[in-house]
Amino acid sequence: MEAALLAGVYIPHLCYHPLLEPHGSCRLCTVEVNGKPLPACTTPAAAGLEVTNDTEALNQQRRTLLQLLFGEGNHCCPSCEKSGHCELQAMGYWLKMLDSPFPYLFPRRALDASHPAVLLDRDRCIFCERCVRASRELDGKEVFALAGRGLDTRLIVNSPSGRLGDSNLEASDHAARICPTGALLVRGGGFRTPIGKRPYDGKSLSEACLQRAAALLKEGKESER
Amino acid sequence: MEKAGGSSPEEQVMGILRRHGTDPSLLLPILQEVQERFHQVPPQVEDAIAAHLSLPRSHVEGVVDFYHFLSHERRGEYDILLSNCIIDRFHGRQAIQQQLTRELDTPPGRIRGDGRVSIGETSCTGLCDQGPAALVNGRAVPALDEHRVAQMVSLIESGVPLERWPDAMFQVDDNVCQPGPLLKSGLTPGEALNAALGGGPENLLQQLEQSGLRGRGGAGFPTGMKWRLCREAAGEHYLVCNADEGEPGTFKDRELLRLHAHALFEGMTLGAWVTGAEKGFLYLRGEYRFLREALERILDERRDCGLLGESICGVNGFRFDITIRMGAGAYICGEESALLESLEGNRPRPRNRPPYPITSGFRGKPTLVNNVETFVAAAFVALHGSSWLTSIGTKASPGSKLISISGDCTRPGIYEFPFGTPVEEILEACGADSPMGVQVGGPSGSYITPQEFHRRLAFEDLSTGGSFMVFGRERDPLEIVENFTAFFAHESCGFCTPCRVGTAMQNRLLKRIRNGEETGAEALELLRQLWETMISASHCGLGKSASNPVFDMLEKEPGRFRLAPRAGEE
Repeated sequence: MEAALLAGVYIPHLCYHPLLEPHGSCRLCTVEVNGKPLPACTTPAAAGLEVTNDTEALNQQRRTLLQLLFGEGNHCCPSCEKSGHCELQAMGYWLKMLDSPFPYLFPRRALDASHPAVLLDRDRCIFCERCVRASRELDGKEVFALAGRGLDTRLIVNSPSGRLGDSNLEASDHAARICPTGALLVRGGGFRTPIGKRPYDGKSLSEACLQRAAALLKEGKESER
Repeated sequence: MEKAGGSSPEEQVMGILRRHGTDPSLLLPILQEVQERFHQVPPQVEDAIAAHLSLPRSHVEGVVDFYHFLSHERRGEYDILLSNCIIDRFHGRQAIQQQLTRELDTPPGRIRGDGRVSIGETSCTGLCDQGPAALVNGRAVPALDEHRVAQMVSLIESGVPLERWPDAMFQVDDNVCQPGPLLKSGLTPGEALNAALGGGPENLLQQLEQSGLRGRGGAGFPTGMKWRLCREAAGEHYLVCNADEGEPGTFKDRELLRLHAHALFEGMTLGAWVTGAEKGFLYLRGEYRFLREALERILDERRDCGLLGESICGVNGFRFDITIRMGAGAYICGEESALLESLEGNRPRPRNRPPYPITSGFRGKPTLVNNVETFVAAAFVALHGSSWLTSIGTKASPGSKLISISGDCTRPGIYEFPFGTPVEEILEACGADSPMGVQVGGPSGSYITPQEFHRRLAFEDLSTGGSFMVFGRERDPLEIVENFTAFFAHESCGFCTPCRVGTAMQNRLLKRIRNGEETGAEALELLRQLWETMISASHCGLGKSASNPVFDMLEKEPGRFRLAPRAGEE
């Protein structure tokens, strides 16, 4: 994945983030490596690998995965503050997903508004664990975790009450800002950027992701030197 | 349970914690003990457990929430889990549930008002040769019928503790119907070890390689090569026996663990000798808790005879011991890397591979993982030489295979056949009279119909971990497939999108098709999309194989896979 992004080749992804260890759960980045389907984010690049990425078959599969993600949660883009900043929504545009033939499951999930500066709306969670990993890897905390299994998987908060307000999360933490959807929102900025002028209103997801990767990965490479 | 001995739940938990120590990999055994004591893992004690093991509280909560046999909510003092296996369903499981519900006045999925009893369901318990079966507080109760349920109800209503229930309630028959070379072999404790020790590890590796022994879990990796690669990996080694046979319709390990425990432990000890592992685990599925005491006794016997512990068989520096760890109701733990996560006290989700356990397993160290049947066979190869295996079977699959036969036949039970045996011969042996078809290898395996009954049991043809379910002509293919998809949806670990959501969507679609709510080609097109996506994009074998039963049935029973006509269509 990183080799491709640095080479200016976009491979669709949601759980992957340049600052985090590769994870491999959303499976949108599935590509064909020497004819075998593998996630690009967790498969190391090597000389001589033949990788197929932007094909109709793979993009159709990605559309199906995306439809499953939309069907699994409760995603109401028009009323969501993340609209226009949202990678899930932008992925929908990028993959030209117009609707979903799969049933919507309409789960009942708990909203957590106990934190003064960060809102946790589980309806929009896609279990990519970016927040879980960012809290551990970047913030040196353990604010989030997954519980349950299968479709009952849920995002939980590491605090005595299980509420975000009782955790040590701060709005400046990476974990509070790294969510690809509107599940975690930093409060106080609502509609500051008007709809129509938001990041993915102007440019496609692929363009934005390539820019982000170029900036963050190069930075990372330089700090390693 | 109320405050026993006047101490608070927190104090009782501290007692459990002190006994186990502070190693975080012991989280699961600790939680199992807490669950047993309180019929739940009370949320107020999770902090104490987390603090004691230096884990985040959310880690403890996430683990409790994963396993089916652990619960935050209180379950009944008598917690009854009925097997949801399709074979049990075909043998009257629903009537048993209705009778329990009626006579105990407890709806399924609920706890009764007085806290005395709860009724739930669970995946196949490994007793489909003598079902319908249930687990009561984790103890297997097979062969449920009206009479036995009435007896259970009366014991529960009069508050008789489980330990004082009549032994007959827990009587599990061995049902070995056709023993072959493996089941007929025996060894006196230490015999295989003594036979191998003189020749050195290289000699044993060559024996294993020459025997062509392949892993009996279904994938068939050459055992000798695995042992050699693991031996060559650098660093401290571990050894694990995967006794988590969770594929519905599989129960042959149940009897190997009862009849051949010495051979199993001997095979594990040989593996330790070859790889240099000093610590081994037997990861036993929670449903087989009734086997544990006997296995612990055998381990003690072996320690007493110098076959485990220090200087095994008098060989200086040959040190190895085995710990039994129990599963807690999670099919995914049969996947070896998920099993290793479980052993480490984590949520059991399969790891990204490579690296494989032979180089990076338990705690990141080289770990030899084999299943029960493989270790037993390895012990007999060590004892009798490679020809013991190569004298039967096929060239690519030497030896014999244990299979668990259940369903519509007159003699369900455990059979041993040489590899290469055609399905029709197996059907004749178990008394299956012109069945509709056979599910070989469980829901994740393949469904075959009479025109394929000439196919053979072998890695190169029909590979199976041991499940062999026979379906009579009266069975409804849709009911079978719906049950299988429900199984996968229940057991998906939830890590990757295609499996987490795909298994659930698939099950929902099947339900709708069965109820006539979904019609015609559109539903099939959706199932096809799910199938393609799950096979290609899933993280592990569970998701990759979860659509197999749908497409096998669609393809092979098109006439019986009824779809309601679309409106306006006839």
